[in-house]
Amino acid sequence: MAGGTFEKYKSDGSLGGNVLEWVDARFPATSMWKGHLSEYYCPKNFNFWYFFGSLALLVLVIQIVTGIFLVMHYKPDAALNANGVPVAFASVEYIMRDVAGGWLIRYMHSTGASAFFIVVYMHMFRGLLYGSYRKPRELTWLFGVGIFLVLMGEAFFGYLLPWGQMSYWGAQVIVNLFSAIPVIGSDLSLIIRGDFVVGDATLNRFFSFHVIAFPLVLIGLVAAHILALHETGSNNPDGIDIKEKKDEKGIPLDGIPFHPYYTVKDIVGVVVFLMVFSAVLFFAPEGGGYFLETPNFYPADPLKTPPHIAPVWYFTPFYSILRAMVWNFFGLDAKFWGVVAMGASVVIFAFLPWLDRSPVRSIRYRGPITKVMITIFVICFFILGYLGTLSPSPMGELVSQVCTVFYFGFFLGMPWWSRMDKFKPVPERVTFK
Amino acid sequence: MSNQGKVDCGRRRLIVATAAVGGAGAVAALVPFVSSLLPSERAKAAGAPVEVDIGKLEPGQMMTVEWRGKPVWIINRTKDMLDTLPKLADQVADPKSEKNQQPAYAQNDTRSIKPEIMVVVGICTHLGCSPSSKFKAGAEEGMAGDWLGGFLCPCHGSTFDFAGRVFKAKPAPTNLEVPPHVYLADTRILIGDDKKGA
Repeated sequence: MAGGTFEKYKSDGSLGGNVLEWVDARFPATSMWKGHLSEYYCPKNFNFWYFFGSLALLVLVIQIVTGIFLVMHYKPDAALNANGVPVAFASVEYIMRDVAGGWLIRYMHSTGASAFFIVVYMHMFRGLLYGSYRKPRELTWLFGVGIFLVLMGEAFFGYLLPWGQMSYWGAQVIVNLFSAIPVIGSDLSLIIRGDFVVGDATLNRFFSFHVIAFPLVLIGLVAAHILALHETGSNNPDGIDIKEKKDEKGIPLDGIPFHPYYTVKDIVGVVVFLMVFSAVLFFAPEGGGYFLETPNFYPADPLKTPPHIAPVWYFTPFYSILRAMVWNFFGLDAKFWGVVAMGASVVIFAFLPWLDRSPVRSIRYRGPITKVMITIFVICFFILGYLGTLSPSPMGELVSQVCTVFYFGFFLGMPWWSRMDKFKPVPERVTFK
Repeated sequence: MSNQGKVDCGRRRLIVATAAVGGAGAVAALVPFVSSLLPSERAKAAGAPVEVDIGKLEPGQMMTVEWRGKPVWIINRTKDMLDTLPKLADQVADPKSEKNQQPAYAQNDTRSIKPEIMVVVGICTHLGCSPSSKFKAGAEEGMAGDWLGGFLCPCHGSTFDFAGRVFKAKPAPTNLEVPPHVYLADTRILIGDDKKGA
């Protein structure tokens, strides 16, 4: 695994060999290659769910490359131009209409944002199914939760940049969430906005966060996530440790090198993913109003909220939880508790490694209680997500309150229900046909 | 560390002292960065009062003007609209406007200087959306059957009456804010300042 010691490269006398030997004496080139790729041993029984880690990396690259090109034409400026349209909004229209290939790059970036969350949600669900967060991979999971949080911030900042109606009012609502925090709230939201209302100052700092600060943090966290994973080795659908059965050379019996075996397998995943991605990109780049919402094709108007505002689909489950809180507790407004519940619903994922007390990791060897709980959790997550896209209604409020209870019940009850289940004996070696 | 491999306690103390002073310097260096995030002098200077002519505002009509980047509504309330206010006293959260959301001269039954003219910031006190007008009573504009007219915030469903008072058990914690304003003449209002000639 990574962290092992590898011998320095010895030249075979050829020119290329000499160059590599020179480099390898000064930089850990071969040891990194071997430790993370050619001699990083993965369980041989990875299934469909194991595509999404490498796909997340692919989408990250797509977002960075398309983002670099978009910044060449985009202008973060809320002032009105000669036609009375905000400059930022007009520059996005300019990219879409007048920049050669601009529409494609922009749609790749906007579709990429939704693709990123689809891939990341699948990746997280995989962790839930097979107990990938369990000891000794807690830090890998925590770095992953960090990536998820930063990704949410990144998506939120990015959504303001086109300076459309949904950009503007979405930012207005989310920034005002912070003002619900007692004592420091109103100053905090002032520091975030940089003005008394969402305006040019807000647009410029969100641009700065979106293109510099958050991507740097994101890349750092991704590196930490992968390094932590390679230190412990990957989990697998059986949730058993392949390092316990090694051959005489110390290589896990059920392990195969990441390269070439999983690089080649992941290429298949990449091809299928790009087919789906391209289909959305070319035939439904707005994702039916879920990836790019209709009001965002109107320039921001600080005097008029669109009749129906909703966050982009990947935020809606958490947004529903926010809306579900309508009671005042302990002398604090329901608004504050909504913010607390929404924050908690995201951060609670970080505690999974310590909430899950089941003696086995994988769902394959866990009983009906786990299966029912995970099914209810997923159904609630989808219902909350769907309700978050709708206008508020009394029925929707009641349903979202029930789902919010189940959502938190899943996590907070886990130390009990994860132990109560019936378990099957885990196999000695991974199951592999 | 000396050649004998012993810890030199004097030097260790010097290291701690240096780190403490350096840390204080690093914290002090945060000040300009955090202050740069606050509204700039230009942003603070903006927000001059706005003068509005309401001569053409017919009873039952509403106009919106921009003040400090926010929408300010001016509503010329009809007698019917004003008659709804006392009926709602037990349904709104703060019927007597006890929370500090208005200047003293607007802390009355109609939350206004002149009973019919309502001047109010059209920003929901929940999360800052601008509520939509739902002036027609009943279910005609998609409200409940016993609706008497007022405003609905599209974001989280808070409802307000014709005086900007929030209904009970809604996400918005307080009534809509009445900005400082003053009548310069019978049909001219200055919004953002309540001292004549200032």
